[in-house]
Amino acid sequence: MPRANRAMVRNYRDDLRLFPTWTKRAALLGLALLYLFVPLLLNDVWANVLALAGITAVGALSLNLLTGYTGQPSLGHAAFIGLGAFTAGYLGGGRAPAGYNLNLWVYLLVAMVLGALVGLIIGLPALRLRGNYLVIVTLGLIFAALYLWQKWTTITGGNAGTAMPNRAVVYNVGGHKLDLLNNLTVFGKVLGPKQGLMYLAWGLAAVVALLVKNIVRTRPGRALQAVRDRDVAAEIVGVSLARYKISAFVISSAIAALAGALYGLYLGYLTPDEQSLGLTLSIQFLAIIVVGGIGTIYGPILGAVLVGALPRLIDQYATSLPFVSNIVTTDPTKSGFTRGALGTVIYALLIIIFLVFEPRGLAGIWRRIQAYFRSWPFSY
Amino acid sequence: MTKFLNLLSNGLALGAVYALVALGFVVIYRATRVINFAQGGLVVFGAFLVYQAEHTWGWGFWVSALFAMACGAGIGAAFQSVVLRRMIGQPVFAIILITIGLFLLVEPITTTVWHNPPGGVETPWHLHTVSIGSVKILEVNIATVVMGIVVLGAFFALFRYTKIGLAMRATAVDQEAALAQGISVGRIFSISWAIAGAVAVVGGMMLAGGAGPAPGLSVSLGLLALRAFPAIILGGLDSPVGAVVGGLTIGVAQVMAAGYIPSAIPALGSEFADVVPYIIMFIVLLVRPYGLFGEREVTRV
Repeated sequence: MPRANRAMVRNYRDDLRLFPTWTKRAALLGLALLYLFVPLLLNDVWANVLALAGITAVGALSLNLLTGYTGQPSLGHAAFIGLGAFTAGYLGGGRAPAGYNLNLWVYLLVAMVLGALVGLIIGLPALRLRGNYLVIVTLGLIFAALYLWQKWTTITGGNAGTAMPNRAVVYNVGGHKLDLLNNLTVFGKVLGPKQGLMYLAWGLAAVVALLVKNIVRTRPGRALQAVRDRDVAAEIVGVSLARYKISAFVISSAIAALAGALYGLYLGYLTPDEQSLGLTLSIQFLAIIVVGGIGTIYGPILGAVLVGALPRLIDQYATSLPFVSNIVTTDPTKSGFTRGALGTVIYALLIIIFLVFEPRGLAGIWRRIQAYFRSWPFSY
Repeated sequence: MTKFLNLLSNGLALGAVYALVALGFVVIYRATRVINFAQGGLVVFGAFLVYQAEHTWGWGFWVSALFAMACGAGIGAAFQSVVLRRMIGQPVFAIILITIGLFLLVEPITTTVWHNPPGGVETPWHLHTVSIGSVKILEVNIATVVMGIVVLGAFFALFRYTKIGLAMRATAVDQEAALAQGISVGRIFSISWAIAGAVAVVGGMMLAGGAGPAPGLSVSLGLLALRAFPAIILGGLDSPVGAVVGGLTIGVAQVMAAGYIPSAIPALGSEFADVVPYIIMFIVLLVRPYGLFGEREVTRV
């Protein structure tokens, strides 16, 4: 009797298996090895890029749960990112001597709880709203959050901004201490803070990916997708709209706040203004899930790797592009096509091109390649 | 009382601009059931086009304004037929994202081409004040309100009394039935986008000419246009009258908040006025999600 595989499923347990084929298991092993060894081999520039990619992967996975699986478009992600980052800053010692000096896991957890609470508050009115309206309300959320950050100077430092925690102690037991940001030593090699952050970000990205995967492949996930596809029909077959819509908001916001805390650690210093926590940041996450593939698990991760780290890459390599102005000037009348502008143009074009020509994103392209080879040589 | 009337005149001017931008949203929403985030981009683009025509080519204000309106209409119609026509049948969210993408493109393009010019748009009216009793009203505010009335009046005349207007209303009610009556729905889409583009240009021009809280020419005009969203929510997404009422209400509320709140409740600060439209919107959405004049959304199961 043939063993169970993707096409050959005999019972629910077979269906639920995460890594049913040996190729998938090999890929998992490969990814684990990459996770362990890549930070050792990278220089600071690329570690910087990939650490940011890991953080945006966490954020994109959470947005995908809300937008891709539950069908609730949201522009408010920047607000939750800010919430997480400022929580980390205040609780993790970034505001010293004010604020607290808590452990990494404590403030990550607190950030998630706060994110969940705010998500609950946003989720309640969102029950009555759909599509167009929800986009506008979440747009309002960005502006409201920016206003709050600018006013709440004890936490955020107002216009001056705030420093972020400069250490990330994973454990400190009996003299053994593992601090990812300071003198992290792996196999006798001392790594920089960004390499350490890569371990943290991608580790959490894996946990979040597993969490989201587990949600979407079981009953709650099917309920969420039913809500996305046709909310009235979902309610008729017994899915509680209120419960699942709010749950989606709560979980997604909690994870987004987690991503925000990591983002704070990555930046080291955060100013609450339009540039860093405004509409552009939210759209960046939307661009990632659109490019990667809405409603898949690997799509957002793929998107995060390919476009999530674009701002960092542009900062690094824009000097060698002839059409980008590198004049650093405070006089706005003299600046030409700046790096920031290049980043915005790329995001905008990616969104438009992918939505028009490949709405299912890179995941859709990948599926087509798979289908081609599965039926090869009869490919049509 | 003087302060109140001063603020009222400022508020009505800002509200007139909001009404123009909101009308653009409503026209497009009625035809295609999509909220066009790129409207803010057209506002910015329009203001810069007027500036370009005036300063670089040395045209007069009215010629420049007409030229910019024509360009705005052309851009709107072109975008609808080149990009959005391909998106028919896609989820609403995807189409909104595309218009957001277009909105994002405007800022880098304008800053690259025009480099944030220091001056504003030069208008026949100036920052003089006209005194009525003890109330001093800025000329530009009067001009903005008059301009708003003229443009809105022209739109309502078109909408109410012409064949195109009739076709637009028919399309809004039922696209298939309109098609069966010999109305080219595609052309109505294009016309709607063109109208939205033209009124957005007028709004941008008035903002850059000195109306509203942030006079002058800058890409942040686009963000100002995003504040017109509360106006359409308040008035109802599919009602042109609602757009006007909502726009004026939001404009006045915002200016009043900016005028009174810093002295009444100092803790909230002057930036609070920018949040006020969204607070109003939030309350309206909870109480009357379809707005004051909007049609109640009924879904067929």
